[in-house]
Amino acid sequence: MGSIARIILQRLALGLLTLLIVSMVIFVAVNALPGDFAQQILGQGATPEAIEAIRKDLGLDQNYFLRYFSWLGNLLTGNLGISFAQMNFASNMGGDQLIGVAEQIRPRFMNTMFLAGVTAVIAVPLSIILGLLAALYRNTVFDRAANITTLSSISSPEFFLAYILILFLAVLNPVFPSLSNIFDGMGFGDRLNKTMLPALTLTLVVTAHMMRMTRAAIINLLASPYIEMARLKGISPMRVIVKHALPNALAPIINVIALNLAYLITGVVVVEVVFVYPGIGQLFVDSVKIRDIPVVQACCLIFAAAYILLNLAADIMSILSNPRLRHPK
Amino acid sequence: MSLLTILAISLIGCLCAAWVFRFSGQVLSDQKPFFRDMPYGVAFGYVLGVAVLAWIIVTYIGAKIAGFPAANKLYFFVKAVEWFVIFAVAAVLFRILGRNLGTAGMRKLFRSMPLTASFGILIIILYAIVSIFAGWIAPYGQEQVFAQANIPPGGDPSTGGNPQFPMGTDQIGRDIYSRLIYGAQNTVGIAFATTCLAFFIGGTFGFLAATLGGWLDQIVSRTVDVLMAIPALIFALLLMTIATVWANNFGIDRTIFMVVIIAVIDATRVYRLARAVGQNIVVMDYIEAAKLRGEGLMYLIFREILPNATAPLLAEFGLRFCFVFLTIASLSFLGVGIQPPLADWGTMVKDLSQFINFAQFAPNVASAPLLAAGAIALLTVAVNFVVDWMLHKSSGLKE
Amino acid sequence: MSGTLLKIRNLQIEGRADETWNPIINGIDFDLNKGEVLGLIGESGAGKSTAGLAAMGFTRDGCRISGGTVEFDGIDLVNASAAVKRGLLGKRIAYVAQSAAASFNPAHKLIEQHVEAPVQHGVQDRATSQADGIELYRRLRLPDPDNIGFRYPHQVSGGQLQRAMTAMAMSCRPDLIIFDEPTTALDVTTQIEVLAAIRDIVEQFDTAAIYITHDLAVVAQMADKIKVLLKGDEVEEADTRTMLSDPKEEYTKSLWAVRSFQRPAKPAINTGATPVISVQNVTAAYGTVPVLFDVNFDIHQGRTVAVVGESGSGKSTAARCITGLLPPKQGHIEFDGVALPLDYKKRNKDQLRQAQMIYQMADTALNPRKSIGEIIGRPVQFYSGLTGADKRRRVEQLLEQIELEPTQYINRLPSELSGGQKQRVGIARALAADPKFIICDEVTSALDQLVAEGILKLLADLQDTLGLSYMFITHDLATVRSISDEVVVMKDGRVVEQGPKADMFQPPHHPYTDLLLSSVPEMDPDWLTELLEKRGIDNIGDAAVGKMV
Repeated sequence: MGSIARIILQRLALGLLTLLIVSMVIFVAVNALPGDFAQQILGQGATPEAIEAIRKDLGLDQNYFLRYFSWLGNLLTGNLGISFAQMNFASNMGGDQLIGVAEQIRPRFMNTMFLAGVTAVIAVPLSIILGLLAALYRNTVFDRAANITTLSSISSPEFFLAYILILFLAVLNPVFPSLSNIFDGMGFGDRLNKTMLPALTLTLVVTAHMMRMTRAAIINLLASPYIEMARLKGISPMRVIVKHALPNALAPIINVIALNLAYLITGVVVVEVVFVYPGIGQLFVDSVKIRDIPVVQACCLIFAAAYILLNLAADIMSILSNPRLRHPK
Repeated sequence: MSLLTILAISLIGCLCAAWVFRFSGQVLSDQKPFFRDMPYGVAFGYVLGVAVLAWIIVTYIGAKIAGFPAANKLYFFVKAVEWFVIFAVAAVLFRILGRNLGTAGMRKLFRSMPLTASFGILIIILYAIVSIFAGWIAPYGQEQVFAQANIPPGGDPSTGGNPQFPMGTDQIGRDIYSRLIYGAQNTVGIAFATTCLAFFIGGTFGFLAATLGGWLDQIVSRTVDVLMAIPALIFALLLMTIATVWANNFGIDRTIFMVVIIAVIDATRVYRLARAVGQNIVVMDYIEAAKLRGEGLMYLIFREILPNATAPLLAEFGLRFCFVFLTIASLSFLGVGIQPPLADWGTMVKDLSQFINFAQFAPNVASAPLLAAGAIALLTVAVNFVVDWMLHKSSGLKE
Repeated sequence: MSGTLLKIRNLQIEGRADETWNPIINGIDFDLNKGEVLGLIGESGAGKSTAGLAAMGFTRDGCRISGGTVEFDGIDLVNASAAVKRGLLGKRIAYVAQSAAASFNPAHKLIEQHVEAPVQHGVQDRATSQADGIELYRRLRLPDPDNIGFRYPHQVSGGQLQRAMTAMAMSCRPDLIIFDEPTTALDVTTQIEVLAAIRDIVEQFDTAAIYITHDLAVVAQMADKIKVLLKGDEVEEADTRTMLSDPKEEYTKSLWAVRSFQRPAKPAINTGATPVISVQNVTAAYGTVPVLFDVNFDIHQGRTVAVVGESGSGKSTAARCITGLLPPKQGHIEFDGVALPLDYKKRNKDQLRQAQMIYQMADTALNPRKSIGEIIGRPVQFYSGLTGADKRRRVEQLLEQIELEPTQYINRLPSELSGGQKQRVGIARALAADPKFIICDEVTSALDQLVAEGILKLLADLQDTLGLSYMFITHDLATVRSISDEVVVMKDGRVVEQGPKADMFQPPHHPYTDLLLSSVPEMDPDWLTELLEKRGIDNIGDAAVGKMV
């Protein structure tokens, strides 16, 4: 068991290191902006005092190195800075009721997690069952139809699927609302109802991916000699699947789930914009458009962290489920 | 709730029908192995398939007979069925054509081709023609603004249409039909160029890393690992934020930045594949023989490795193209991609999207944004069908 | 003892490739009585594995039984329902696969997999079956039989796994076991143990068996009668002794004759002569893992030195040191009395040209995208600078030397050639450099015996006409006997023994050489019995007495 703990610790350390380097990449990318940062934020009409205030506030007079470490230090203490939009508002209108980026992001992050959660609850069981069926009945009409459908669904842009769903489930047959105006203090049922269409859109994309990957993993497995051996021992088909295929399929299936949850992170951006869902993806896109650097940086880091964590989780799960590593020689 | 009840009843109906189907099959066919060894799931699949097909046909005929309000509601369903049939027939015809024309090698290729792949090839050819000859095909220029804005499509004056603009005009009076055609040129062309650039960068580094190994491989691979730890679309959006500032400051077109950014992000994926494919080939004995002969690096890469890597690279090119194409479309849809006045499908979807809400009253108006989005989907589906076939073929050869 | 157990009549099997069904087996018949062992032999593609599986009423994905009958104890297996077949498989008919490592489920312990069939078929309860499994492990002379079953497959060695699989097949005391090349993946010294174990247990329980292999000497030990297959057709069938002493068909005779090819001995080496290649005190390592320890041997002009050893003995590593792919940590390599740079990258063109290599797998040794003409033409052009018509003439000349018709083959791709032809092209590519010395790395082990024989003869002829020196790496002692002049025996990275061939096949030997030599199966059906007696293992029961290696 010593070796497996060591491997997992190594992976964890590697994940942390990657996250650190990613934060560096994001920082460098943002600071590669030419010209005067403060001028960019406030626009041409800003007073020199306001510009100076922002420069000091952002620490733009310090060198890159110091700035990176103070940014990183702030990050670790949960201080993600203050959005330019907020600052701009404050400098033009006065007042000091600034909301930090962290506070700005938190509710939206929760909303996005809710959306991702609903999607996962629908998509994961559905796609694994469908993938298993496709693998069991491979090369039949069912398998071919599933192949064509999933391939089409993967190939289509998320907004196409989203509008098709809006068309059929919101406009032509008003089953779900097409706008997901979610707010705090909403009842769960209501919230679920409004989240349904974006969740279904994401489900379509993710299920297709997951199902194809599950199918491939299972087929790969069913071709292995020990499955043939089990059949030749006269074991019933059900037992072959449950007892011989599943324990070995666990690692690939967990991998598939984690990879697709990670994929959700990217998909969520477009879908949130289509349905005007108040999640972190929409905040990100809005901030990109107005070049609100602190928010962009923070969102980017959150997305990357979630992505890295999920991949790490997949990695560790597959290590844990490998009998060769669990029972070393 | 009634919807759920209907679903539940039809499901139970299908389950019963499946049992009856299998049982009667067994009795009637005198226990032929086909029915005797048929799993219940398979029987259920057959019944379900027949039920869905029947439902589609009945609804379609119903829609054709129905009057105004109901017909509107089923307009998109009818169109979808019709287009599906048209595409299927076109693909069949195309495959028959391919099986009887051209060189012997091509005929052989078409003979083993599934319908999906021939459909894909047909669509790719059509898109290539449209995007290359967009200037000749389109009736108007992509930036040409007409006096009449927001003309609904259909070209029927009684519903406010104009036969000069069969698909109507957009909110500032540009011909949608022409912009759709130019969209092919811009969106497909830019995506193609980006993919080529990504392949050039990723392929070069990938093969060098595979052949040379050592520190070059380590440095590039670790860099790629870090770049790939940031989700592609998120990274692209981040870099586009910065690129817009650069573009404003230096007066360079933002689209060029986008091409470079997406190419670099995508090159990381190409690098991974090229390196993996290269490494599989590098361990072959014929590479060892060439090395021991004293061959140089260029000979090894271009004469020994590359010819054996074409099949997986070509398939990857298709997949990468789809990915790039979708990323660009997404960026444009989000408003930071291809910039106006260039016509492009992602932006068109965004601009026309609110028309979907008119679907119940004027279905042809609502179809404009769907057409643009559908144009994107159709090409990526087509490419994916072809790639799927290629991958299947190459994996089949190995067994 | 009597009574037909398995009756196969006019069995036809087809396989699906490129959307059409192609015949794999075109009508074979055989009967198997209770307690009888049938040896099915044939070269690759003969359909012997397919036939073996069909005897269980089973076909792999993409294959189907298209005609004929398979009758097991009166039950028609071709038309039986899946449930009926499941009731027989594992219980009355069992299977032992070629690769035990891949055929055990990595997720379960050996004993778990052992008890599965008896429990599922309701033959025994778990505890009885488990105790029986341990008893079977003991009888099959597995080390530590009480505990070995509680290990996972990856914790057990290949030869032991193969015996554990035989035990698993025995778990329900079936009437029939199909052995599908059970020892092919094993080294010769391990093979002996497995063969002895299988034979004894089959005899003990009076089980009928079908033993599938390509190795005649092995089947001679195991089978009561032998059936020879060729490309899905039956060649002949007879009881083992008749078949060995008096084969009827030409094809069978040619199979038997392979073993008799032997080169005449050459005169002793002039002691003062400079060897072409001299390996001196070579020590090498992969990273920090040492693999070669102080290896010395010489190869003289016009001679063949066979380097023999089992997998992991370091024989291929020695070749990598000579070619410079793995520069040795210590020692050096001389060519014609001059030390070669250790790294191939530092060698000049002429040094590279003089030493060529022929590989085991012709499939990976020839670039699949290049024509034969290009493959052979490249070294011609690279080393001698010939181009155009001169180059083509040289390529044609080389093709003639390897006995392939130039006009017919020069434009073909490797995929359009048979295995033996590909190996010949590999030889031509080595000859194209006009070398003095060629390393042959297991060049015949991937080939069928008849084809391998042709390659060996070709190599011998080329040596005589061109005065080449060979380093011949092999694990197969029959090959050593037929082609070598001197022999180097390696084990665990060290040279155990070396000398002229005549001495090596005469006692006394180093104990390992002795073990290696005596473990090579011979065509004599009594060989295994005699060997086991000599080694002091007479029969089952005295477990672990003669545990070798």
